[in-house]
Amino acid sequence: MTRQNQGLSESVSSQLDTWNRSNVLDLDDFSRSEVETVFEVTDTMQEVLSERTPRIPDLQSQTVVNLFYEPSTRTRTSFERAAKIMSADTINVSGSGSSVEKGESLIDTVRTLESMGTRVIVMRHRQAGAPYLASRHVQTSIINGGDGAHAHPTQALIDLYTIRNKLGAIEGLKVVIVGDILHSRVARSNIWGLVCMGAKVTLCAPLTLLHNDFLLAYKEVEGHLNVEPELDLALEDADVIMTLRLQEERQKQGLLPSIREYIKYYQINSERLRKAKPHALLLHPGPVMEGIEISTDVSRSTNSVIDEQVENGVAIRMALLHLVAGD
Amino acid sequence: MKQEIPLLVKGGRIIDPAQDSDFLGNVLIENGVVSWMMREGEKLPALPENYHILDAKGLIVCPGFIDLHCHLREPGFEAKETIETGTTAAAVGGFTTVCAMPNTQPVLDNASLIDFVYQRSSQEGVVRVLPIGAITEGSNGKNLAEMYEMASAGAIGFSDDGKPVSDPNIMRQALTYSKGVGLPIIEHAEDIGLSSGGAMHDGWVSARLGLVGIPSAAEESAILRDISLVRETGGRLHVAHVSTAGSLEAIKRAKDDGLSVTAEVTPHHLALTHEWILGRREFGSNGHVYDTLAKVNPPLRTSNDCEALITALEQGVIDLIATDHAPHTPEDKLVEFGDAAVGFTGLETAAGLLLTLVQQKRLDLLTVIRSLTEKPASLLATKVSGLGSLAVGSVGDITLLNLSSNWVVDSSNFQSKGKNTPLDGATLTGQVVATVYGGRVVHDSENRFAVERKGALDG
Repeated sequence: MTRQNQGLSESVSSQLDTWNRSNVLDLDDFSRSEVETVFEVTDTMQEVLSERTPRIPDLQSQTVVNLFYEPSTRTRTSFERAAKIMSADTINVSGSGSSVEKGESLIDTVRTLESMGTRVIVMRHRQAGAPYLASRHVQTSIINGGDGAHAHPTQALIDLYTIRNKLGAIEGLKVVIVGDILHSRVARSNIWGLVCMGAKVTLCAPLTLLHNDFLLAYKEVEGHLNVEPELDLALEDADVIMTLRLQEERQKQGLLPSIREYIKYYQINSERLRKAKPHALLLHPGPVMEGIEISTDVSRSTNSVIDEQVENGVAIRMALLHLVAGD
Repeated sequence: MKQEIPLLVKGGRIIDPAQDSDFLGNVLIENGVVSWMMREGEKLPALPENYHILDAKGLIVCPGFIDLHCHLREPGFEAKETIETGTTAAAVGGFTTVCAMPNTQPVLDNASLIDFVYQRSSQEGVVRVLPIGAITEGSNGKNLAEMYEMASAGAIGFSDDGKPVSDPNIMRQALTYSKGVGLPIIEHAEDIGLSSGGAMHDGWVSARLGLVGIPSAAEESAILRDISLVRETGGRLHVAHVSTAGSLEAIKRAKDDGLSVTAEVTPHHLALTHEWILGRREFGSNGHVYDTLAKVNPPLRTSNDCEALITALEQGVIDLIATDHAPHTPEDKLVEFGDAAVGFTGLETAAGLLLTLVQQKRLDLLTVIRSLTEKPASLLATKVSGLGSLAVGSVGDITLLNLSSNWVVDSSNFQSKGKNTPLDGATLTGQVVATVYGGRVVHDSENRFAVERKGALDG
């Protein structure tokens, strides 16, 4: 057994009390200690990853299926790499080229995967709620890799972990989420996670990209969440700026007059960045459209932790695979 | 046969809103019609030599319920429901008349298909089925269907239910043409431009779940449009399944102005809210987040909407209650939320849900009975007479209710093929005990029917 594996076992035993989930569907019901458990295991996984040829036997002879009904590069490859490092057999099933295209139901698909002995299904689906449907019909662990506009808990955990590593703690931070919040599963999961960890969250978007009842939707976290549509005001004293992907189709849908106007009023550029705290972190879940959501200079500035987010992705996903399925 | 033998419905509390009656008494049905209705203690007319008894002691006796809006799915979708199973479910739910929506396959858009429904229901129907014809051919929203012919074949109104007539000019012509035919346009009011892609009510729950919402304005603006068209054409409009508080003001004003506008509400829009899609439940039923069983169109709205709809029903702004019984197969619902079929199976839970609201003192009993009997009957009166009342000479349709019995909804016991209800597992208070259709007992859950008795009425 390698040094890392011993470390892993020790950390596991201390975490048994705070972890009894077999699925990770969203962060809405996560406790702070559960998030901290994920952080601790992720730290251990980072050590594993720092090895020259990282490999641990955690998921030896277990099968992890990446069931992706929607195209994804980063989430899928990051999960695949995580599973491979943990010695799992990985299978990628995508929405095209499978029985999914022949109209096989989601329930049939996940049941089939279960009967093949699959230990974990990582699922990406364009419809909100799909992993919840799956989880009700199989014992196999389900990790939500993004469902419609609803949730993307692994990305949110990456963001939380990145912030915690850079700033030491999340408690008391002011986090501004800027952009297409209406369609963002990343924003929705981050609101739960950030508030759970003690941050105050400000939502900033043109109002067509932010539902009228958003604050009501999160009434449990009342007082920790507010809306400020004017970016300069929203950014005042911000510790963290979380930007979101803007899809060009929003303009065609009539939600925005033009991308040009969006850039003018909602892009994070160096001038706007100065409204925030000097060492404010800039996050983006990717893929970044440089020059739209963020100006090029800012996305490459020292404030930007976009690369760290990607780097932390594998370790977070290893940690989650370990927690739901590890020995 | 049984039908030949008179039926005495004995010793119940008779509530007949059409006659303002509410007293303990007896009703005799002979040859399928009410031959008399007497208070307890009044000297009875001579009883026939042979008659059957339906013991109504401790129960409410009211006219058989009329459902102006249900989906029997035949022809074309027999896996979801048939006329046989749908009317059996109706009998269990206390409905003796059900109006079948035309969104079958093929769509009921011509006289021969209206004939088909009558023919099937005469063979297989357990209760009366009155078909509704389509407004447009194949409900395509473009060409008017042959309304005169459908009317002469027995259609009781016209609807493209399931979808609205989006083109305002077609709606204008439909209201004008049907006025000549003498039958109402039953409109599914929804502005597709606002609702398209929506899966549930647009509000805080949809915002939280990341689902596309159907704003209340989608219904309200469509109703406003239709009322403007009625104002101009003098047409006859019945608004199906009203779901929002904002719709009520427009309907009230149309009525105050003397326009020929009526409206219906479903039991579920009176009682259930969009929180049910988060898995929150009243009545102890089983729910979970993204529950497709709570997906319906128009969607479940807010508790404010429910309260406003109840008030509107009690004040007569909404005329009547209709189930919008929409049976589906399990496969139609066991899919992703956005793909799931809309609608609830409703015939067998309607009375229970409404009487539970009565029990909770949120809704008045007389309003419930009136909304299921006298009111829908008056809408059908030009076509079918004698429904919705126990007045002498009326059709011998009777529903017996127990107001206080608790029962648990178990969809596996439904007569309907559709088990799709969010109320599964709910404990409801009040239920239909027996149903009489044309003097024949078609549902009797407590064995209250007794065969042939001779001699005078005692007790």
